[in-house]
Amino acid sequence: MEKREDKQEEEQEQVVNPWEVTAKDGGKIDYDKLIDKFGCQRLEEPLVDRVQRLTGRPAHVFLRRGVFFAHRDFDEILNGYEKGKKFYLYTGRGPSSEALHLGHLVPFMFTKYLQDAFKVPLVIQLTDDEKCMWKNLSVEECQRLARENAKDIIACGFDITKTFIFSDFDYVGGSFYKNMVRIAKCVTYNKVVGIFGFSGEDHIGKVSFPPIQAAPSFPSSFPHLFSGKDDLRCLIPCAIDQDPYFRMTRDVAPRLGYHKPSLIESSFFPALQGETGKMSASDPNSAIYVTDSAKVIKNKINKYAFSGGQDSIEKHRELGANLEVDIPVKYLSFFLEDDAELEHIKTEYGAGRMLTGEVKKRLADVLTELVDRHRAARAAVTEEMVDAFMAVRPLPNMFD
Amino acid sequence: MVLQELGIKFEQYDHPAVLTVEAQAKYVGDKGGGLSKNLFLKDKKSRFYIVSALADTKVDLKVLSQRLGLGKGGIRMAPEEALGQLLQVPLGCVTPFALINESASYVSLLLDKEFKTQPHCFFHPLSNETSISVQASDLDKFLKSIGREPSYVDLEANPPVGKDQPPDLAILVPSGTIDIPDAPENSTPSQAVSEKSFPVQKKCTPASVDSVKSAKPSSADPNAKDKPNNAAPQPNAFAESRLFVDEILKKTTELLLSELTEDVAKQEALANSVRKHLAPDLQNLTRTFCSLLQVMFKNTAYTQGFYAGSNCQPKRL
Repeated sequence: MEKREDKQEEEQEQVVNPWEVTAKDGGKIDYDKLIDKFGCQRLEEPLVDRVQRLTGRPAHVFLRRGVFFAHRDFDEILNGYEKGKKFYLYTGRGPSSEALHLGHLVPFMFTKYLQDAFKVPLVIQLTDDEKCMWKNLSVEECQRLARENAKDIIACGFDITKTFIFSDFDYVGGSFYKNMVRIAKCVTYNKVVGIFGFSGEDHIGKVSFPPIQAAPSFPSSFPHLFSGKDDLRCLIPCAIDQDPYFRMTRDVAPRLGYHKPSLIESSFFPALQGETGKMSASDPNSAIYVTDSAKVIKNKINKYAFSGGQDSIEKHRELGANLEVDIPVKYLSFFLEDDAELEHIKTEYGAGRMLTGEVKKRLADVLTELVDRHRAARAAVTEEMVDAFMAVRPLPNMFD
Repeated sequence: MVLQELGIKFEQYDHPAVLTVEAQAKYVGDKGGGLSKNLFLKDKKSRFYIVSALADTKVDLKVLSQRLGLGKGGIRMAPEEALGQLLQVPLGCVTPFALINESASYVSLLLDKEFKTQPHCFFHPLSNETSISVQASDLDKFLKSIGREPSYVDLEANPPVGKDQPPDLAILVPSGTIDIPDAPENSTPSQAVSEKSFPVQKKCTPASVDSVKSAKPSSADPNAKDKPNNAAPQPNAFAESRLFVDEILKKTTELLLSELTEDVAKQEALANSVRKHLAPDLQNLTRTFCSLLQVMFKNTAYTQGFYAGSNCQPKRL
């Protein structure tokens, strides 16, 4: 009886885990509550300034606008960096579909910035096995999707002399597997059920997956890259729904004599229809895809982007727009680089002096440019290039 | 020929050189399908267009000009030199197929929607001495293969254009202006990547200059000051992108201002204002774009080396 009551209480709360993200009562995600519940820290402005100082270049848009808003031990990474201690980056993607939308690109765009700014190597994990286990997809299909997604990831501009991309189906084994087993030994079945919400009905593949996503946090998983560098710290840029994996990893790390991986976490990218809407692969109008043409982008924004503007021009001029729910402004805060221009738009639009149409047009321009650039870069990615990125090879210049 | 590689069926008819549709009709007029007439046009801002229509379709340049948002009389036949330089075809040989040339990347193409009603249509390939008949859908295949989206237009329509009815074809106006005497100066960085995706040009058109100006009411641009310091780790990229951007701005503002006002002093003041507002933006854009290109070049070179290395044979002893 008690269990059922508890569950009811939980259902009223927001749900954030790697497989489900729903807000409370169909409202917005409460990020403050999330930070509290997860126990991570807010990424405050002094830290952003510190990044700017250490790297000698302006902080990335996502840092300035609070897209990446939470962290665990990011200051430790910076402390070490100041003293000349390097680190490596680890991020990943679950290749469940061929069509990537802008929300998918966010962590990769940020990771590229981190790679360039700090001049550090990067490992990218494609969890084709996870998707095979969770979605109704065959092993071959997941492997194929992993390669296709790799091309879009490469198109974000990662440096091949500092980047290793791997798919679980290809790479698991050897030292990586040894770490998986070491990690698995430290996590009880009850614990993993508690963290991820597995039930007696879930197959054992799911239950044994978490160590696979945890293993890349330890440099000894990549002997061809980091042999002899057991002291190297790891920084993981990811969306905040991935936090459970790394909470588990951080718990295990000291017991294995490894550094805890640091995290830098982003909020969720809203669907076109609004924060309460869900971005889903089945609804092409819920997101802007990297394959969309300028016309399609313009149309999607005009037709489907949820507007915070008022119903009539008179009302709008009087009351101004509701910036809290307005999607075009939200998207611009992700992708419009110019802080001054964004401020201007927010002020004018919020006061009712600028109309929704104008904001939408500006957004369409910004997104079209981004998507065009991505498409051009993607067209230059060959199968050989994917092979090279995914080859198990040393990276002698990875800190240059 | 390219068409065969794309799997496009076409019939080829060789004949003596023809300069007009009437002359072409003498040789292929009895083969069914539609003859095309192709106009090569230029607007006041040196943007170029190919209008390809069925011989019978009435094309009114005044109406077209309005529908493109160029005002009345904003469009006229392009000069002969443009034909050779941009389309690389002889006189009388304007054809959609000329867009295969890189020099034609900024030429916009308008296709008569009536082409779709014909079983097949006649065009010149790149020579007056041949006509080929293809289906509209195959023409689309060809265009898509060179990175173009086919734009079919009802050329005989005459919709009203006014304050509340924006010009319906404005979207087909090319984003880049072309100087005929000089070669396009963006040739170096954009060669590796399709020129259409080059973002800097978009910002240079007069319309976006106005919107940028209105979006930045403050005259001080603090970013401009910070950029030299932050770019210290990459001095070459910064200096080169600055020169590059300055060149573009110089040419654009000169062109713009010569159209706007005769007063030289006013021109100078406007030019400085535009430069001050646009330069930091464009520099940033250029640098991001160029650094992306740099990374892609690096990745490509590494890949080639890697492939060669992993496939090389041991030395013969």
